[in-house]
Amino acid sequence: MFDFLEGYDVLGAFWTTVQLTVLSAVGALVWGTLLAAMRVSPVPLMRGFANVYVNIVRNIPLTIIVLFASLGLADIFGATMGASDFKIQGFRLAVLGLVGYTSAFVCEAIRSGINTVPMGQAEAARAIGLNFSQTLRLIVLPQAFRAVIGPLANVLIALTKNTTVASAIGVAEAATLMKTMMENEAQTLAIGAVFALGFVVLTLPVGLLLGWAGKRLAVKR
Amino acid sequence: MSSVLYDTPGPRARRRNALLSVVFVVLLAALAWWIWQVLDDKQQFRWVLWQPFTTGQAWTTYLLPGLLNTLKAAALAMVIALPLGAVFGIARLSDHRWVRGAAGVVVEFFRAIPVLLLMLFANEFYNRYIEVPSDNRPFYAVVTGLVLYNASVLAEIVRAGILALPKGQTEAAQAIGLRKGQTMAGILLPQAVTAMLPAIVSQLVVIVKDTALGGAMIGYAELLSERGTLAANYANVIASFAVVALLYIVLNFALTSFAARLESRLRRSKRGTGAVLGAEETEPVRPVEVRGALATGVDQH
Repeated sequence: MFDFLEGYDVLGAFWTTVQLTVLSAVGALVWGTLLAAMRVSPVPLMRGFANVYVNIVRNIPLTIIVLFASLGLADIFGATMGASDFKIQGFRLAVLGLVGYTSAFVCEAIRSGINTVPMGQAEAARAIGLNFSQTLRLIVLPQAFRAVIGPLANVLIALTKNTTVASAIGVAEAATLMKTMMENEAQTLAIGAVFALGFVVLTLPVGLLLGWAGKRLAVKR
Repeated sequence: MSSVLYDTPGPRARRRNALLSVVFVVLLAALAWWIWQVLDDKQQFRWVLWQPFTTGQAWTTYLLPGLLNTLKAAALAMVIALPLGAVFGIARLSDHRWVRGAAGVVVEFFRAIPVLLLMLFANEFYNRYIEVPSDNRPFYAVVTGLVLYNASVLAEIVRAGILALPKGQTEAAQAIGLRKGQTMAGILLPQAVTAMLPAIVSQLVVIVKDTALGGAMIGYAELLSERGTLAANYANVIASFAVVALLYIVLNFALTSFAARLESRLRRSKRGTGAVLGAEETEPVRPVEVRGALATGVDQH
């Protein structure tokens, strides 16, 4: 019944999807947190930069960003990402594009988390003499992160699904393989079901787990 | 400027902020200088590459038809997905466990799958099983994928919108003897739609962005794939990317601002129940059981 799977590395393709997701998630969390810190910082230029960055990136299709990473950054700017061959280069460029795109949403999620921290917390921190970075690091961000686990889980799930866009530049992940298989094999419905199930398995537990964790860890007010 | 996070800067803080600003400007300038150098080096600033955008031809042959196709697919997808989403959203609130459960499974299933997968599947499905003229197939496939995904997202928005209404609305409707269907159609849904408008408009941004997938992967002639044809003709990769990206930004920014205006207008208005589902509502201001639904109504990615 499942002989149409023979000769195709379905698990390998999903493993690439997982790798894309994890690497991009780490990168986007770091860059997105930095952006959020800039967006609330006392330096107007940094605020402006983060603001412009987020608003531009959020309004551009991810497909453009990923395509540009390949056709623009790699071909014209010569950003080979230190890769020895084309496949690795495509993978790293896709991660770069996904980080650039997802970080805008991470930034917004964290900023909304900062807004949930009551003013009194920051005021009390300043009253005992903490400066901006201490207030942010020790008082506000720890509470903000606990409030944004739910929204960040949504960003992570969206990121998992967005990794399929990497197929636009030929990264051998799940959507690329599905396209190839559907072109070669007759069992369209069965192939669709297998890949759909794969993504359900990837996204549903993450959503349930982080949703539960978010409820448990949120600061009760 | 002062904020909760920091005091109004004194002399030392002002010096430090000024220093940070200077460092930041230098970094940005270095980046811009490098970009400029590379582009100049690769002769991307030659007027020949940008000149097509100043005459009508590039617009009438490539960009405007592409933009029109983008808008066509997005609008059609929204028009079909909205009633479908409303049906599923209401079904998820049904009193009958089976209806509720089945609708929940369908909605969660399509929300868990990448929209690109749905488009690829629809494209192949139409190819093999249904007679669709092959010129139109990518269009149908794109719209099908967008409808399946966005109907399930809109179902969550509708559900959150109805749950956000004050309980008194249902109770009052019951008190004057309305049936369940009458309560939903006459009392809850009209108010919920108003409350959801900002969220619906910002979902349109997601749909517009996702049409680009159809261009890149199944050959639907929308704005992004027209950029490819244009760049192949004029050999202007950077220029065409810049112009097309700008078009997307302008279009989506207009939609986002419209959603924000709508939201603040609805929040200010004295009429209605005060229930508004924001364009990007993430603040946990509502009771816990509604929060899950609210948080899911906003995945604008």
